[in-house]
Amino acid sequence: MKVFVDQDKCCGAGTCVMLAPDVFDQRDEDGIVVLLDGQPSEGLHPIVREAANVCPAGAITVSDNA
Amino acid sequence: MSVPDEVLVVGASAAGLSAVEALRRKGYQGRLTLLGAEPHPPYDRPPLSKQVLSGDWSPERVRLRQPDALSFLDTTFILGDPAVGLDAAARTVHTAAGRVLTADAVVVATGLRPRTLPGQDGLAGVHVLRTLDDAMALRADLRSCSRLVVVGDGVLGAEIAATARGMGVAVTMAGPQPAPLAMQFGPLVAGLLAELHTERGVELRLGAAVVGLAGEHGRVTGVRLSSGDVLPADVVVVAFGAAPATEWLAGSGLRVDNGLVCDSRCRAADGIYAAGDVAHWHHEQLDALLRLENRTNATEQAVAVAGAILGDDRPYTPAPYFWTDQFDARLHVHGTLFPDAEVSIVEGDVAERRFVAIYRRDGKVTGVLGWNMPKQARLRRQELVATSMLVGGKS
Repeated sequence: MKVFVDQDKCCGAGTCVMLAPDVFDQRDEDGIVVLLDGQPSEGLHPIVREAANVCPAGAITVSDNA
Repeated sequence: MSVPDEVLVVGASAAGLSAVEALRRKGYQGRLTLLGAEPHPPYDRPPLSKQVLSGDWSPERVRLRQPDALSFLDTTFILGDPAVGLDAAARTVHTAAGRVLTADAVVVATGLRPRTLPGQDGLAGVHVLRTLDDAMALRADLRSCSRLVVVGDGVLGAEIAATARGMGVAVTMAGPQPAPLAMQFGPLVAGLLAELHTERGVELRLGAAVVGLAGEHGRVTGVRLSSGDVLPADVVVVAFGAAPATEWLAGSGLRVDNGLVCDSRCRAADGIYAAGDVAHWHHEQLDALLRLENRTNATEQAVAVAGAILGDDRPYTPAPYFWTDQFDARLHVHGTLFPDAEVSIVEGDVAERRFVAIYRRDGKVTGVLGWNMPKQARLRRQELVATSMLVGGKS
């Protein structure tokens, strides 16, 4: 799995960080998403997929061909 | 309850798409149909009053998913065909084009319809902003606009005013509150917003209700206030609230009261569920019927509904959250802010327009607001006292 974030779309809600703190963080200065792990381990795939689906700004995409 | 063979989701915006995605993510393998009133594939609404209106983003940019991600959902998309009726007992939906769709489970996610002023229809230059087409039409009119009046001093009105001002348009904001969002944020933060808008050149004409429109030769010329004044305008946006889009549920046998009334599992009747702006459901923790008009609720409630359809017997009990961007201010709100709450600044500095405010009622934290401090505000979410969030509050 590969994870992509669009910092320009990110609204700083932090929904992804609450779901998957090992994969996502927020910048201290403006709350914009920071990708900590672009190729998370398999155990994290379901929660990362959920984070992408529920991101209120549609700023996370996941590709499965990895 | 057995897992249904076919699920029909009515409404192809954030909540509808999220319901479909969550069903698939949770392993649902039956048939799925997503019915949408608008011709567009699912798109995101929050940027409409900001990046789309300003022209910073092309309309394609607000698509919630790329075509390959949508086809991966193995879902039949029926777009541009509004639902016009529901037979709840048979779980059958009738559409404007004459389709008759029946499923074992139906998800109602039809969202909101903007409120309008009397005489607004047929008057050129008067807009609402709910859909992508609305945003593009308003944008086109703003290019040659000499004075925009925004009717509405809530989130949407304030965002439109800020965006239009950023485009160089002369803007007046009208509404009944003493300051933008005063009923939501209370005097301190609403006062700061008023300051910000004034500083950036928005003319605030607040504290008087808008009673109607003035027009000449079929075109708007102004906005009438309860004080008797008329604010001149050649373009007007009416953004003073919206009502759940439930007229198509008339005669369905379902209880409609400020939205589709649901139990704590977001279920309106056997096999009928609701998610997003349209759902008026029983929040078990608060023991109150609640309807939330915000973006995160749309997706999260749809996830809960997907779970309920698949037999997950859990109440949906979210803490409300929304954000708003106006000029360079990005405000994040967790929980509920009562206008009469006791407000304390716990981080940052109001003078620097970067702070976190805690809202308390009877000593209990009901809400957290971050002004340009999103992360710091979110980290205080756990201080919210869930049961006090709505005490004596709005329903």
